[in-house]
Amino acid sequence: MNPKRKQRLLIVLFIVIGVGVAVGLTLFALNQNINLFYSPTQIAAGEAPEGTRIRAGGMVVDGSVQRSTESLAVSFDITDYEKTVRVEYTGILPDLFREGQGIVAQGELDSRGVLQAVEVLAKHDENYMPPEVADALEKAGKMPKPAGQEFNK
Amino acid sequence: MSDKKWMPRWFYQLASPRWCYQICGKLLPWFTALALGLLIGGTIWALVFAPADYQQGNSFRIIYLHVPSAILAQSCYMLMAIAGAIGLIWKMKVADMVAKSCAPIGASLAVLALLTGAIWGKPTWGSWWVWDARLTSMLILFFLYLGVMALNSAIESESTAAQATAVLALVGLVNIPIIKYSVEWWNTLHQPATFKLTEKPAMPVEMWLPLLVMVIGFYAFFAVTLMMRLRNEILRRERRAGWVKELLLSKSAV
Repeated sequence: MNPKRKQRLLIVLFIVIGVGVAVGLTLFALNQNINLFYSPTQIAAGEAPEGTRIRAGGMVVDGSVQRSTESLAVSFDITDYEKTVRVEYTGILPDLFREGQGIVAQGELDSRGVLQAVEVLAKHDENYMPPEVADALEKAGKMPKPAGQEFNK
Repeated sequence: MSDKKWMPRWFYQLASPRWCYQICGKLLPWFTALALGLLIGGTIWALVFAPADYQQGNSFRIIYLHVPSAILAQSCYMLMAIAGAIGLIWKMKVADMVAKSCAPIGASLAVLALLTGAIWGKPTWGSWWVWDARLTSMLILFFLYLGVMALNSAIESESTAAQATAVLALVGLVNIPIIKYSVEWWNTLHQPATFKLTEKPAMPVEMWLPLLVMVIGFYAFFAVTLMMRLRNEILRRERRAGWVKELLLSKSAV
């Protein structure tokens, strides 16, 4: 390779590596701010600010969903398998909302530590399967469960 | 030149616009047939024969459009950046033309990935758009394509334009691993990848096989559009060359 090409190759490598390092360090410094939501563990540790709009994400705890009989109000617990946060919401839930399903709720933490949600989004995992397979796995008790850390990065 | 021996002859010939034009012309019908066959077969397989998902039902089938377009949008960007780098270092005209031809295709694929993602997001997540790391970095990829296209057309001199866009493309290359690993590094609404290089896919074979067909079909389709654009670009830029004039004369004589 002639010296001129070699020099240009080095410049190109320098650009790619330099930008990579710079962006990597920036993202590392911003790490927490890039997360879409706080996990229940972070909320329990007081990392989430009170009284401002935040998002909380976790799995809906089995048997925790309570629906009001006269309104659309619903309340449930979300967990990352370490800590649990209560969520209260009035409105229509997404189709995928169910117990054992990952969700992301947007709202404010009140003084009791309950998230007053204004929006609830369903988070699904990367496992897809036909209904028959899901039934069979369910019966055998081998349904894949997303790892607990998935809500706690 | 001693370092030329380990590369086949046809590879060097690709650097000549005239040869590249002819080789692309020979490959085009094969890739067109491959792309048509795979995309039509894959679509029918995906929409009719593949099973529905146990949670999402039929709305999950949009994965067969969403995943290939997202993969291709990123592959196309990498090709654009690598071709740009080759153009920068070796001053190879054809590489510059490849990089220039990639941008509009990649931008359309990014739009397709973002749109199908939004259409999928509404019924499953309950929202068209969320500012999570995956969606945002994909949107940045789309803006990078727009930036490359705008920069290229803003500079009059072809070689300066190619240099400037190659630098921009190389700077933007950092976004590709961010898109890929965004779902692993941060809490996102977007689910992690179903396909991993090291593990078996998180879906049964009757679901991922049509997806694989669609991905390969998208690659073939990408090759077709790229070669067509490249041939146009070669003719446009070499319009003063003798062989182009001959070619046009022989075409108009028929």
